[in-house]
Amino acid sequence: MKQLLTGNEALARGAWEAGLSVASAYPGTPSTEILENLALHKDICTEWAPNEKVALEVASGASIAGVRAIAAMKHVGLNVAADPLFTMAYIGSLGGLVVVSADDPGMFSSQNEQDNRLYAPHAHIPMIEPSNSQEAYDYIKEAFDLSEKFDVPVLFRMTTRICHSKTVVEVGDRVEHPALQYVKNVGKNVMVPAAAKVRKTILTKRLQELEKFSEATELNRVEYASDGNRRIGVITSGVSYNHAREVFGDTVSYLKLAFTYPLPPQKISNFASQFESIYVIEENEPYLENFVKQLEIKCHGKDLLPWEGELDSLTIAKAFGMASENVNFAHGLDLPPRPPVLCPGCPHRGFYYEVSKFKDIVVTGDIGCYTLGAVPPLSSIDTCICMGGSISAACGFAHADHFAKTGKKFLGVIGDSTFFHSGITGLINAVVNKAPIIVAILDNRITAMTGHQENPGTGRTLQGEVTHQVDLIALCKACGVKDENIRAIDPYNILETREAIRLAHDATEVFVIIAKQPCALIKSVMKARARMKCYVDQSKCIKCKMCMKAGCPALCFQNGQIIIDKTMCNGCEICAQICPKQAIMKEE
Amino acid sequence: MAQDTKSILLVGVGGQGTILASKILSQGLLHFGFDVKMSEIHGMSQRGGSVTTHVRFGKKVDSPIISKGSADILVAFEKVEAARYLDFLKRDGKLIVNNYEIYSLPVITGVASYPEDVTDKLKTIVNDTKVFNAFELADKLGNSKAQNIVLLGALVAGIGLAELDWNSVLEELIPEKMLDLNKKAFELGLML
Repeated sequence: MKQLLTGNEALARGAWEAGLSVASAYPGTPSTEILENLALHKDICTEWAPNEKVALEVASGASIAGVRAIAAMKHVGLNVAADPLFTMAYIGSLGGLVVVSADDPGMFSSQNEQDNRLYAPHAHIPMIEPSNSQEAYDYIKEAFDLSEKFDVPVLFRMTTRICHSKTVVEVGDRVEHPALQYVKNVGKNVMVPAAAKVRKTILTKRLQELEKFSEATELNRVEYASDGNRRIGVITSGVSYNHAREVFGDTVSYLKLAFTYPLPPQKISNFASQFESIYVIEENEPYLENFVKQLEIKCHGKDLLPWEGELDSLTIAKAFGMASENVNFAHGLDLPPRPPVLCPGCPHRGFYYEVSKFKDIVVTGDIGCYTLGAVPPLSSIDTCICMGGSISAACGFAHADHFAKTGKKFLGVIGDSTFFHSGITGLINAVVNKAPIIVAILDNRITAMTGHQENPGTGRTLQGEVTHQVDLIALCKACGVKDENIRAIDPYNILETREAIRLAHDATEVFVIIAKQPCALIKSVMKARARMKCYVDQSKCIKCKMCMKAGCPALCFQNGQIIIDKTMCNGCEICAQICPKQAIMKEE
Repeated sequence: MAQDTKSILLVGVGGQGTILASKILSQGLLHFGFDVKMSEIHGMSQRGGSVTTHVRFGKKVDSPIISKGSADILVAFEKVEAARYLDFLKRDGKLIVNNYEIYSLPVITGVASYPEDVTDKLKTIVNDTKVFNAFELADKLGNSKAQNIVLLGALVAGIGLAELDWNSVLEELIPEKMLDLNKKAFELGLML
């Protein structure tokens, strides 16, 4: 039956049909729905890992044990998982092992635009890139077969538009893939130098075999121009193939590459030799182009196309002189920007409102909804680097202050899920190396940014089963933070929040604030707070607009009055506590 | 470029139901025998930011995304968003605008101002512009949340596919208790 599936849904369906047994992931846009869709199948083992490294290690163990396994992550997640990835290339895979990297050209929801195709040659592992959902579905099956055939993990590279575009897919049924017999093999599975040296040689030979496969496979196919002309040959892969077809249609020929490491030199040379001009069309890095140029083939690519951002057909058309006159409408209006903001009732708001008042606190931020604390009017965050980076960066600031002597206080702000992901090590570092920083864990009881996934602090598994709930306070204590230097607060209570920040500010050792209040968008929270609304008593309001300094989208200054939009308000009462005239009240 | 492929851009603000409308649209188009590609952006944009969904359909669709200057129809669930994405519309394209305002935080905090004459301006620029308040129309039917389905109805009329059996698509995708309201909202949109 034909279905409209996103690339993520199709990949999950294909992997399940391929006899997948174990799947692990840490949520990250645009990869999150892969595991969520796999979890719909109760006959396989699926789980959220605390981070991508753990996810890949779990999948690696399952593969060595003899079953098909997958680890899915966003592009920056593969940096975290790079350590097991590079060594698994030496060990290989008994059960098929696939690592999904979902890259984000255009940075719709990411802090960088790294092109993870470059990981394949670096780690010496084969790579497959689908161009649409049908290919994601078909090729993931191919990826498992290849992994087993060549005894190597396969990098399956997706991008945002492949992950999140719904296209037509024809699906089938699951074929069981019984566990292969695990046999203890120290020389293959224990990567100490003596064994690794032997495995490196095997890995190099394997690449030659994979190159032969790349030359022969239909994953790398030629599509000739409909009139047989030999003017232009386009070399492309992934989503770029669709954009190129949009521009050139059947008027040119394509070498459409889906098995993109190792690339097939003979196939590329043969293709190129047939055409007057060769265009290499790809997003971000000149990955294909550099290879084509190594073969001493003249081509156009990044001399005409941008390195940065997402490609689309117009960009390609303009680059290759195919665009018709510019027909864009212009309105000449001065439009107000619409940046993403913390939601109405977001528990992070109260914390940022209070911290922003301490002018001598530098706040190092992290990855999650709470990065939006950087946006005006809260404007509370000084840095944002990577997952878990806030606490360690605050340590760096503190160490630097021995020299910079600003006398400021340094505060790392991090979410609950991100703390479990990679913040704990930063906290241990701060304690052991005596950096007197403040750590604020904004514990909203969920992994919010990616759409509400469970994490080690929620007490539920991916399937919603009750499980052990990691106790943040006990964990901080175990890391060496003293009892008197830990405060659990309710960030909806701004006095309590202010008091905790004040205490932390004056502390001479690591101080942890745990701001505990669930995300306002959690269904049970929305239900419980559905009738909680605030309103402005206009007779008391002096229009000082202090309440608006918390940046809540539910508040608005209209026709000379402050108004609270009841459809948005969840009665968190942050604005009511800020109001100097007690003009904001909660409905009874 | 593939001449028979039609491009529809839906724009709005997170929470307005653009994604459900696009889903119904895409499922319907698939059901009626078209090749369809639908692309939406998740993540940061959901937190009160601009939301866009690209829907393309025809005999065979190549690119899943619409380039500037090539949308056959632009449906804006919020009027400033209509202006923001106007340059995606092609010269003879159609514009459908929900005459509804959602203030962004810079407007709320007074850093930016919300332009007053958006719809008038749009009408003078794009010949084929339809402006109506889907929020109020849906509210009169019983639930303002059905504004997305009113807009969907107008969109389906705009792409000339009103005669197809969209009721069966609504029945498939909308829960029983909301179905009647949404059918009415869709019918109303078709007539606008």
